[in-house]
Amino acid sequence: MSSEKPVMIEFRDVHKYYGDYHALRGINATIRAGEFFSLLGPSGCGKTTLLRTIAGFEGISSGAVMIGGEDMADVPANQRPTNMVFQSYAIFPHLTVEENVGFGLRKDPRPKAEKAKAVEDALAMVGLKGFGARAAHALSGGQRQRVALARALILKPKVLLLDEPLSALDTKMREQMQVELIKLQRQVGITFILVTHDQEEALVMSDRIAVMFEGQIAQLADPETLYRRPASRKVADFIGTMNFLPAEILSEAGDKVEVNAQGFGKITLDAAQVMSAEGSIGGATVGFRPETLTILFDGQTGSDFESEAVVEEVVYYGDMTYYDIKIKGCDSAVRLSMRNVFGRPVLDIGTKTRVAWSAGALVLFR
Amino acid sequence: MNGGWFRIYAYGFLLFLYAPIFLLPIFAFNDGAIVAFPLSGFTTKWFDQLWVEPALHQALKNSLIIAVSASILSTCLGIFAARASTRYDFPLKGGIIGMIMLPLVLPEIILAIALLVVLLGIGIPLSIYTVILGHVLVCTPFSIAVLTAAFQSLDKSLEEAAYDLGETPVSTFRLIILPLVTPGIISSLLMTFTISLDEFLMAFFLAGTEPTLPVYIFSQFRFPKSVPVVLALGTVLVVASIILLTIAEYFRRRGIAKTGGKDTGGFL
Repeated sequence: MSSEKPVMIEFRDVHKYYGDYHALRGINATIRAGEFFSLLGPSGCGKTTLLRTIAGFEGISSGAVMIGGEDMADVPANQRPTNMVFQSYAIFPHLTVEENVGFGLRKDPRPKAEKAKAVEDALAMVGLKGFGARAAHALSGGQRQRVALARALILKPKVLLLDEPLSALDTKMREQMQVELIKLQRQVGITFILVTHDQEEALVMSDRIAVMFEGQIAQLADPETLYRRPASRKVADFIGTMNFLPAEILSEAGDKVEVNAQGFGKITLDAAQVMSAEGSIGGATVGFRPETLTILFDGQTGSDFESEAVVEEVVYYGDMTYYDIKIKGCDSAVRLSMRNVFGRPVLDIGTKTRVAWSAGALVLFR
Repeated sequence: MNGGWFRIYAYGFLLFLYAPIFLLPIFAFNDGAIVAFPLSGFTTKWFDQLWVEPALHQALKNSLIIAVSASILSTCLGIFAARASTRYDFPLKGGIIGMIMLPLVLPEIILAIALLVVLLGIGIPLSIYTVILGHVLVCTPFSIAVLTAAFQSLDKSLEEAAYDLGETPVSTFRLIILPLVTPGIISSLLMTFTISLDEFLMAFFLAGTEPTLPVYIFSQFRFPKSVPVVLALGTVLVVASIILLTIAEYFRRRGIAKTGGKDTGGFL
């Protein structure tokens, strides 16, 4: 969707050492102008370090970080066209909301009245109209977050960096802010780079996501690709829930792979469905998401692929029900999710049923 | 009774701590040269004598000059050291900070004698300047301790945010860090001023012919007739310290309220 846009940020073989510790191990990636880009990974994977190399708070050991085609090696943080929203928000506690938001305009040559107008507009943009005179320390978490956003956006940076900006908020507030951030990004059109360890947050908000493990990018893709075709077993484990069943590769011909998967039997898969087994123990496995498996209720007929199964566990979530089911011929149970459509019963533990699945939704890790 | 013994202990402790100080004004207003009960009548003559004692005035002046200088110097040094120890990493950091803090636990008399020997050795005459030097040595570790706490409570991302918004390291220090550590600086100034004002050993060894107030008071105790005058002086000092502490506490609380911090009791 943004592939025609110019390149905003480019990492060229970026390495970062802290003493002997190799924090970034050869990062190569480009981020396009106007993109909502996320760096996703477990803590210690280097995502925050990578973000800080863009801001200029962290030097790099080798390689190059380019912003707008310019090498940032000799540009200090206070001269880079980036602004940051910090995890702790870093609201200056001794200043008012206005003074915080207008802090970056201190050296702006515009007349006072114009700057005051800019501050007002920025506050209105984040929904804090009329909060200007308040003491910054008297704000709630969500309000601080908005002040931090306004303070960073008032300088009209080329890139807005967000370091786990929602992690300090409660669930409701977080979901609300996710939507607001997406809207805000569309409105201002600035490149947003978000660091998060929350895969759901990344999937909801981003145009593209870089999944990082141990200082390397494991996969860089749009949310749907990441979810449906995780590049490795490790990525699959990190993003959402995925079921794994042992499989045996029978034959490979052209771009087709024939496997014998436990419970599913013989299936022919596309080469595009074959991924790396990195992060798995033992041999090849086929993986599939819980929602790609469907319980067939009485009278329903499935596709070509049907198996018999027994319900082993039921977890009711209101809108969804999660079932752990054992497919006939499998050693372990797999998770399946069903939307609770009106009139559809919730099955009891021990119920014998049939499940439908589709070969296209499978991924082979080998 | 629940906690009865602890309560008795607490009251006993407070009595032991403050009863002597309350005796001070009682005898300072007592019309008798001997410090003993029963009291023999009310008088303010001991206070009147404070006004006509040139040696006392000189000692007070010396003490004030020394205390003001020592508190400002040691607080400045403390700011540098606290900043360095909380924000930067350098080789042997632990060892260096430890060495700076060492005078806190070293016997002061050893420091005083060592300093005296060195000063005499290199031929620097004893004066209030040598006392200032000694007091800075004694006060700096206290400054560092107070200021390190203040600097440590500062979120590092505040600095980064200011830098990110276009400020230089110098203007960041002025606009963000300094205002936020001001309560700590006031605490440090106040504490080192108090320490210097009643410091005896350094002043005794290094003052030469310019005694400070504690040295003067000590010398007066040899003459029984001047004991009530000293008590009057003590009363004045106690009242002055209470006023000073009240002012300092007011500023500390105002500072905390302004930044919305949690009042954790502070130094005072």
